[in-house]
Amino acid sequence: MTGDVEVFDGANWTRICAYRDLTPGRGVAVLTASGDQVAVFRDRAGAVYAVDNRDPFSGAHVISRGILGSRDGAPTVASPMYKHVFDLRDGRCVDEDTAPDGTPAVLRVWPLRGGAGAAAPPAGGGVREP
Amino acid sequence: MTRHATLPPPPRRARDLVLVGHGMVGQRFLEALVDQPGAAAWRITVLAEEPRPAYDRVHLTSWFAGTGAEELALAAPGFLADHGIDLRLGDPAAAIDRAARTVTTASGRVLAYDALVLATGSSPFVPPVPGHDAAGCHVYRTLEDVEAISADARRARTGAVVGGGLLGLEAAGALTALGLETHVVEFAPRLMALQVDEGGGRLLRRKVEELGVRVHTGAATEAVLTGEDGRVSGMVLADGRELRTDLVVFSAGVRPRDELARGSGLAVGERGGVAVDEHCRTSDPCVYAIGECARAADGRVYGLVAPGYAMAETAARALAGTPGERDVFTGADTSTQLKLLGVEVASFGDAHGAAEGALDVVYSDSRSGVYKKLVVGGDGRLLGGVLVGDTESYGRLRPLAAGGEPLRTPPEQLVLPAALGSAGADVPPEDAVVCSCHNVSRGRVREAVREQGCVTVPEVRKCTRAGTGCGSCVPALGALVAEELEAGGAGVDTRLCEHFAHTRAELYEIVRITGITSFSALVDGHGTGEGCEVCKPVVASILAGLDDGHVLDGERAALQDTNDHVLANLQRNGSYSVVPRVPGGEITPAGLIAIGEIARDFGLYTKITGGQRIDLLGVAVDQLPLVWRRLVDAGFESGHAYGKSLRTVKSCVGETWCRYGVQDSVGLAIELELRYRGLRSPHKLKSAVSGCARECAEARGKDFGIIATSSGWNLYVGGNGGTTPRHADLLAADLDRETLIRTIDRFLMYYIRTADRLERTSAWLERVEGGLDHVRAVVMDDALGICAELDALMERHVDGYRDEWRAVLEDPERLRRFASFVNAPGTPDPAVTFVPERGQIRPARPGERGLARTPALVAGPGLEVRTA
Repeated sequence: MTGDVEVFDGANWTRICAYRDLTPGRGVAVLTASGDQVAVFRDRAGAVYAVDNRDPFSGAHVISRGILGSRDGAPTVASPMYKHVFDLRDGRCVDEDTAPDGTPAVLRVWPLRGGAGAAAPPAGGGVREP
Repeated sequence: MTRHATLPPPPRRARDLVLVGHGMVGQRFLEALVDQPGAAAWRITVLAEEPRPAYDRVHLTSWFAGTGAEELALAAPGFLADHGIDLRLGDPAAAIDRAARTVTTASGRVLAYDALVLATGSSPFVPPVPGHDAAGCHVYRTLEDVEAISADARRARTGAVVGGGLLGLEAAGALTALGLETHVVEFAPRLMALQVDEGGGRLLRRKVEELGVRVHTGAATEAVLTGEDGRVSGMVLADGRELRTDLVVFSAGVRPRDELARGSGLAVGERGGVAVDEHCRTSDPCVYAIGECARAADGRVYGLVAPGYAMAETAARALAGTPGERDVFTGADTSTQLKLLGVEVASFGDAHGAAEGALDVVYSDSRSGVYKKLVVGGDGRLLGGVLVGDTESYGRLRPLAAGGEPLRTPPEQLVLPAALGSAGADVPPEDAVVCSCHNVSRGRVREAVREQGCVTVPEVRKCTRAGTGCGSCVPALGALVAEELEAGGAGVDTRLCEHFAHTRAELYEIVRITGITSFSALVDGHGTGEGCEVCKPVVASILAGLDDGHVLDGERAALQDTNDHVLANLQRNGSYSVVPRVPGGEITPAGLIAIGEIARDFGLYTKITGGQRIDLLGVAVDQLPLVWRRLVDAGFESGHAYGKSLRTVKSCVGETWCRYGVQDSVGLAIELELRYRGLRSPHKLKSAVSGCARECAEARGKDFGIIATSSGWNLYVGGNGGTTPRHADLLAADLDRETLIRTIDRFLMYYIRTADRLERTSAWLERVEGGLDHVRAVVMDDALGICAELDALMERHVDGYRDEWRAVLEDPERLRRFASFVNAPGTPDPAVTFVPERGQIRPARPGERGLARTPALVAGPGLEVRTA
């Protein structure tokens, strides 16, 4: 029995999809009620993470299409555009500190709920109540 | 070297710094200053003459190729605002009152300063000949200049450039690109007289003339003629000759813009330029001058951007109160390496052999268009040189000349073509500059590897900034890092990534022998962690080659990079391109019409590729299946442009049509492309077939290329274009069709089995022990006894081929991944927007308001495109 996974934009919860529809190792893009784009991933162990879909290095909304992996034990996603790697737990880019426009290269981490609790433990700590 | 006292520490209140000029050097100064810890003490105002912020003047010519003003812009968006810099465009400084410490601008504003930095650059020199200011006369300096040239060129047939130096040839290239019959008029007896010698100039001239440019050397311009409308109609040369021309571009050198300094009584050089000391300070300690307007401490005025950047950094450190012992500017190397009108030219050190007792060693091959000269001192030291047509050795020779050590390799070895010469025992000295953009020495890079633990080029880049400017030193950087690691006994790290302590070839063997069919099994049994963007696609490619099944089946879907994942090529705005296979480049009119109709109906941008196919760009992820439904229905299949796999087999029309062809090159190309389509490999694979020795298909520039002979086919391997072009080597001659195909089968399979990740056939051939001879022995004489196995693998590939796109369209589960948003599948991505350009679409740039697509586009373009 697996439920739906939802993401919180600060005001409302938006339904993403059923937990079982998330492919391990892969991401999906979500459009929140506030019009923001969020990238949601499920790793091999079953943990779910949600970060901004916008890649600060290219400005394109493509993070959800990146490859999941690990660096020194930390769960990561690599942007498909210029292959910058981000830590899924705090959204920080582990390759460079700042984006070309001078802003910090950090993806916002979005609160999630549901689904994973029933199916698999949110091992990475990516699922949090707001 | 004396260390100068710098300005006293800043008081609490912010002090005023006025920068006059926002060109390349001005912008670099700002970047360098805000990087300094003491920068916060300054409130910065910039007075700019031009109507736009600093842009890349060095690449001005790329404007003609469609590079927009925004792309040439140098300051990152938000840079000025973030640092509180007040940039005043179109309001140049008009006068300086040094006593009152104020600057008055052209609009009459008066600004007080505590420190003033002049970065006014230079102005083009226009010889005062009659008619020099007629309509149709131009200079080549600003974006406004190139816009004016471009506008004038529309009504012109012929253009003349006065000046055959570096910039003059750039301008000539631009005029040629605009479709004008182009003349270059140079006063000196040869082109680029400053940089090259007589022999190099001769070859350069021939190469430039081959491009259709008419060159007149030793020719002084006497007058510019005008017609009744007052516009340029021609010019008269000193020998009385007349050239008909509709447009003239003066590019006869530059003069430092030192008027402000002169007007305020600052010291200037005899031949112009604001005189500065080694901290770039003028005769007034509150005023600095940098770049082309300055006369450096060594008495020279530098017209190149790299010395300007060095001066910008020197001045920034002095003003921030943080100059180190070595932060002085006492002169710069004016060595250059560039590509003008497609011709490579480099010059370094004492290129003209001016030093007493200098001797030269010359290699000249006018047949292949290469000229190299080295200037050697009487004591055996390399002093300088000139390279035309082949500048590959520039990166190695320039540091040797700068180092001043006597050569250990005979200089003639250093100018011979790579195949004949040897790399030599000469090692550049520690202070030889590797990265000229950021002035990073060889010693600094070695230190980063030895003492700071950097083991890869990206780590060295991050640590030293080397290679983060123009990027041209990155190959040299890679070689230096590898060399240093080996010398340190660490051995070059051949691990694929942190998750696998194996090379790609070793992983291939593990998968082949164990029969593992999933990434999870491989990483859990033979690696560590979760994998990454490096190892996952490699494993996906290995599994695809050793196992049947769709590339997107089961867990494999999670291994692919986005291109392989959605079977299309990601573009910069997040949309994709689609390339249907056109085997051998042969396509029926009906096929062309079908592609045209599909592109029109979806409003896509279309372009012909170098591989003889058609690229359809601007497809949103959720449109991919819709576009492919139409393409598959019209009989097309995936072109694998997204994969590390066979791309195309190009061909010329061959003996069927061509008067010179001796074999059916198109027929063979189609057969090969259909045989190897979808074959996953360590790097993309390209091929071509030429129907005769004229080689119109450029087969020798390919991983495997075939050239027809009257009695069979010659097979060449290991060629490629790209960053490091290489001609393919002859593997076997005069093969019959069956032997040819069998030999290619084995060559490809042996490569796939033993090559490293992203190792092209060229690099692989150079790396494998025994090189080409070894590979020939393996694939032709079965020296390793593996040919039967290689043949079987290829047979399995050929039999197991299925069109990946057809398979996706037949499977609702696979189709699910093409949703724009998992929670709103029909909603198009609002961030993917386009604007019209030249009758088609292009991605909207940051800050540009583009149009998103309307959902479910199947009939009619989503974006109305108007032709200007």
